[in-house]
Amino acid sequence: MALDMVAQRCILPFRRLLKRKGDPFQMCWPRIDPLFSFTLKVIALGVFAFLALIAFFLFYSAWPAILRFGWEFLRTSTWDPVKEIFGALPVIYGTVISSLFAVAIAAPLSVGIALFLNELSPRKIATPIGFLVEMLAAIPSVVYGLWGIFVLAPWLGDVVQPFLGKWLGALPLFQGPPYGVGMLAAIIILAIMITPTISSISKEVFQAIPRSDREAALALGATRWEMMKLSVLGRARAGIFGAVILGLGRALGETMAVTMVIGNRSEISASLFAPGQTMASVIANEYAEATSDLHVAALAEIGLVLFGVTFLINAIARLIIWKVAQVKVTR
Amino acid sequence: MITFSEIAAQGYTKRKFKNRLMCLLFFVAALVALTPLFSIMGYVFIKGVGSINWSFLTQLPAPVGESGGGMANALVGTCVLIVLASIIGMTSGLATGIYLSEYGRGKLATIIRFSADMLSSVPSIVIGLFVYILIVRPMQSFSALAGGVALGVIMIPTIARSAEELLKLVPASVREAGLALGLPRWKVTIWIVLKGSLSGIITGVMLAIARVAGETAPLLFTALGNRFWSWNLTQPIGSLPVQIFTYSISPFEEWHRQAWAGALVLVLLVFSINLGARFVFRPQISRD
Repeated sequence: MALDMVAQRCILPFRRLLKRKGDPFQMCWPRIDPLFSFTLKVIALGVFAFLALIAFFLFYSAWPAILRFGWEFLRTSTWDPVKEIFGALPVIYGTVISSLFAVAIAAPLSVGIALFLNELSPRKIATPIGFLVEMLAAIPSVVYGLWGIFVLAPWLGDVVQPFLGKWLGALPLFQGPPYGVGMLAAIIILAIMITPTISSISKEVFQAIPRSDREAALALGATRWEMMKLSVLGRARAGIFGAVILGLGRALGETMAVTMVIGNRSEISASLFAPGQTMASVIANEYAEATSDLHVAALAEIGLVLFGVTFLINAIARLIIWKVAQVKVTR
Repeated sequence: MITFSEIAAQGYTKRKFKNRLMCLLFFVAALVALTPLFSIMGYVFIKGVGSINWSFLTQLPAPVGESGGGMANALVGTCVLIVLASIIGMTSGLATGIYLSEYGRGKLATIIRFSADMLSSVPSIVIGLFVYILIVRPMQSFSALAGGVALGVIMIPTIARSAEELLKLVPASVREAGLALGLPRWKVTIWIVLKGSLSGIITGVMLAIARVAGETAPLLFTALGNRFWSWNLTQPIGSLPVQIFTYSISPFEEWHRQAWAGALVLVLLVFSINLGARFVFRPQISRD
């Protein structure tokens, strides 16, 4: 009896509502479609928000250091957490030098690989070699660092640096005691790490060039190398430039492998054999142990500079690649 | 710019020689790039296999000076962090990818696409700093949660862009067929478009996981590291990459040995996820 009452009062009106004319589905959830697209939009905007928040939080956290040092922060070279004097010049210098040298080594190498894979080798060879080069990008950076400490650095110290010192020792770049660990080791590791990035994007740029261009050059009697020079490299110049800049962006931000082999000393030295420090490595080394507020703020300011520089460089690279070659870039 | 007449002015022998030389150089470039790969893999395998054993996989780290012990907590910690990161990275990344491919038109979509690309190129140490300021400082403690968020943020753009590319491959006629049957758009999106390219999306997600599994820099001051078991997400947690880092810069021979063993496990983990994603799911992508 009582159950009947409940049914009549509470359940039946709802069922009647549902049975009304039209799509029962729409009666139940009339606004699910706009809700769905709205939710997606909000989450997608979150990606933009993350980027903005990173900039804001870094700025907020770096504010004490910005107030205290102003532009001097970027121009002075004393880094003394005890006396609370912070100048980021050696760190910026280390970052720029290590990245530029790494790019100078990796760029010709990567373009060579891309040309070999795309223009010269038969598919049977190109597929496995291309795959192996991609595997180079999959090795975690801490493993690169481990290899750098125990294999690369001793080899550099025992073999390469004495050799360079003997033959090119007149240059300031190759003077000083051969420690192994130092700027040179960081440069070489960075060069290895960015090679897959540059070569895979260059390859995509080459692939975007139509076959007929190459055939035209060959039909005129060009050798293979002349064909590459005339119809591939000439047209892909902007794309290669974009790929190289993208590689530079990666090199600037690379942390672990560099931290482990660069020697971590905040000094400006003309020699590549000397230890150095980069923006990323100083943050990795000191942030967890920084106790004074100013030290934390100074490290955050270095993070802010690093963020700004990589953002600019990557934005330029992507715009070039998007505009000129119109190939997709997935990292 | 080189003109053809300039080239033709050189003698034929010289041109042929130059051609051979350049082709050889490009081949050498490929070899040079592969040398470090073989060297790294060789050392990791030889040194790693020599130091890996059952206790390495099942025991906690031994105190300094004692031999033995392992990295079981770091292994579990890495898995916990990956799960946390995947929850964040997958929900946010997939939603962004779906939005960009299904709804994204005009300026807003361009901005989001560009932001995703930019987010993927932010150095991972900067992401770590950001999460430190966002989570660790307010909570006043390093935590597994913060580590998971840091890795998750790194996953988002990778997953979003790969999902977008894949969903765009689904032909418009498939969507139209669904809509013509009277399905609402969200059902078409989830049950037809998304389901159809599921294997490809799983590949993208797995590649993203493989990438963050080896990340160290964002964990240094978020998850920090822990030499003991940690089941509390608000406490620091150990992870394989951080453990390898701490061990390799330490002065102890025994720890170096363990670092190599850890590197072997990490490389196997990353490569098996990576290769699994590429080969297990690839045939199904081409069929779609």
